[in-house]
Amino acid sequence: MKEISELQFAEDVRYAEDHEWVRMEGDTAVVGISDYAQDQLGDIVFVELPAEGDTFAQKDEFGTVESVKAVSELYMPIGGEILAVNENLEEHPELVNSAPYTDGWLIKVKPSDPAQYEALMDRDTYLEMLKGLQE
Amino acid sequence: MKETVGTHGLVFNEPLLWEKGAAGRNGFSMPPRDVPESPLDEALAGDGPDFPDLSEVDVVRHFTRLSQWNFGVDSGMYPLGSCTMKYNPKTNERQATLPGFTGAHPLLPAELCQGTLQLMYDLQEFLAAITGLPAVTVQPAAGSQGELTGMLIFAAYHKSKGKARHKILIPDTAHGTNPASAALCGFKAVAVASNERGVLSPETVAGLMDEDTAGIMITNPNTLGLFEENIHEVARIVHDKGGLVYGDGANMNAIMGIVDVSQLGVDVMHLNLHKTFSTPHGGGGPGSGPVCVTSELAPFLPVPRVVKTQKGYELSEDFPQSVGKLHAFYGNFGILIRAYSYILSMGAAGLKKATQLAVLNANYIKEKLKGDFHLPYDRPCMHECVFNDKNQEAYRVTTLDIAKRLMEYGFHPPTVYFPLVVHGAIMVEPTETECKQDIDAFIETMKAIAAEARENPKLLHEAPQITKVRRLDETLAARKPRLTG
Repeated sequence: MKEISELQFAEDVRYAEDHEWVRMEGDTAVVGISDYAQDQLGDIVFVELPAEGDTFAQKDEFGTVESVKAVSELYMPIGGEILAVNENLEEHPELVNSAPYTDGWLIKVKPSDPAQYEALMDRDTYLEMLKGLQE
Repeated sequence: MKETVGTHGLVFNEPLLWEKGAAGRNGFSMPPRDVPESPLDEALAGDGPDFPDLSEVDVVRHFTRLSQWNFGVDSGMYPLGSCTMKYNPKTNERQATLPGFTGAHPLLPAELCQGTLQLMYDLQEFLAAITGLPAVTVQPAAGSQGELTGMLIFAAYHKSKGKARHKILIPDTAHGTNPASAALCGFKAVAVASNERGVLSPETVAGLMDEDTAGIMITNPNTLGLFEENIHEVARIVHDKGGLVYGDGANMNAIMGIVDVSQLGVDVMHLNLHKTFSTPHGGGGPGSGPVCVTSELAPFLPVPRVVKTQKGYELSEDFPQSVGKLHAFYGNFGILIRAYSYILSMGAAGLKKATQLAVLNANYIKEKLKGDFHLPYDRPCMHECVFNDKNQEAYRVTTLDIAKRLMEYGFHPPTVYFPLVVHGAIMVEPTETECKQDIDAFIETMKAIAAEARENPKLLHEAPQITKVRRLDETLAARKPRLTG
């Protein structure tokens, strides 16, 4: 596992406590997991995602990521309807490891309450939280 | 440190049987004929199956070489946490091969197999006495199937009360298969967080328990090796809302002969004969997961059930509320014989002593190693203790590296990365099998590995070097599994 200083933290996204990130692209929220989360999980071997059209509240479990070490739940950083899921991950789950903020995105969501996005952490606040976890 | 059991040695490669041999080789020994001679049915005549042509020595070497690749309880210490890899006494095997058992056909009428039925009946009685839960089925084939049986009983019980329930509470320190067993029965698993002492808080359970919740699945001691000290209160909260309490018997080796499970408030519990009762575990044989219940839940047990009547022992299907049949015939009967043999060999006092030694051994290891490996919950444990790799983080050494290095010293690694509530968990369960000298050798080895992590972490990163195969590509195996030869 890497030191926090060796990890990448995208600036154009906001972060949730459970290590998911959200990027707003117009009215659509793109969701993935942070470089810290993928590094903690290790090599990801399977990603289970919801169906398009499913609706979840914020903090609802929407899927799982399975690594060689463990299966972890994924929680909605923002509530809403699933517009799309990253179908590439079915064949290439390693994209979550290699490109967590770009090709390794998980789902696209139509937010039910855009204010939830604003309430998420920015890069610096998230980094502070991670440093707190390490102590 | 002193010489360890792990050493360099010549391990042979060995191809598949089909890649060995040559046309015309053969070797066989026929048993004496014990049935009358009769003409062969023409339909059975013709070319034989495509078996390789091998001599006796070809076959003997094949399996002897394959056995070298193995590590089992017969080779050395196997401290795999929550798996109770205790020694399997050879007398169990001897009893299981008695001709009266091996020759019994599963379709024999009851009057011709009274002995086999009596063994099942007596084993049920023994397990009832050990758990305090009076009604028992020995049919389930493994712990997971025992859990499934338990969940089917939960569902049948609530249905009999007129209202189906949809949720099950499962602590984050429960045995890992519990959520799957509940989900198979259509229940939604609701996670219950353990508290800072590593056990359940009654308040947390009270906050989650409602009248749509069928009950709770508790592993006691839990997978941190800690006794759920609030279990009475937790059971009361669940019962007050009409729910049931399931006890996962995975960790029974910590309480066998000491704790009356029914007094804890448990309504249903499975036992793992392949853990607690010394029958082979893992590749060594099938499992067996008997389920013990309160008398109130007895009508729901699987059928057929062995019953004792004035005429002797019989198999009865006459239980209209039963959840049905879970296994062909009567379960893994050969395993039942081994567990029966173990219980009779040990006796009540012996079973209790085994538990005491299992707990003592785990606490001894915990105390001896807590200076070298971080112990997240520093308090008396039961039959297993959980460390992690926090002290080794500075040297970039992980739990996996420690486990791999341990193999080079001749020990099977402990359970790693479980339970999930401990980051980088190293879960050690020595069982009562190991003597003090062997436990001391394990402790000394773990201390040597902790020193290597500080002084020469490369040794750990590159381990294992002397095993037949080195680190396997687990990621590739999981991403692109090859399920055929």
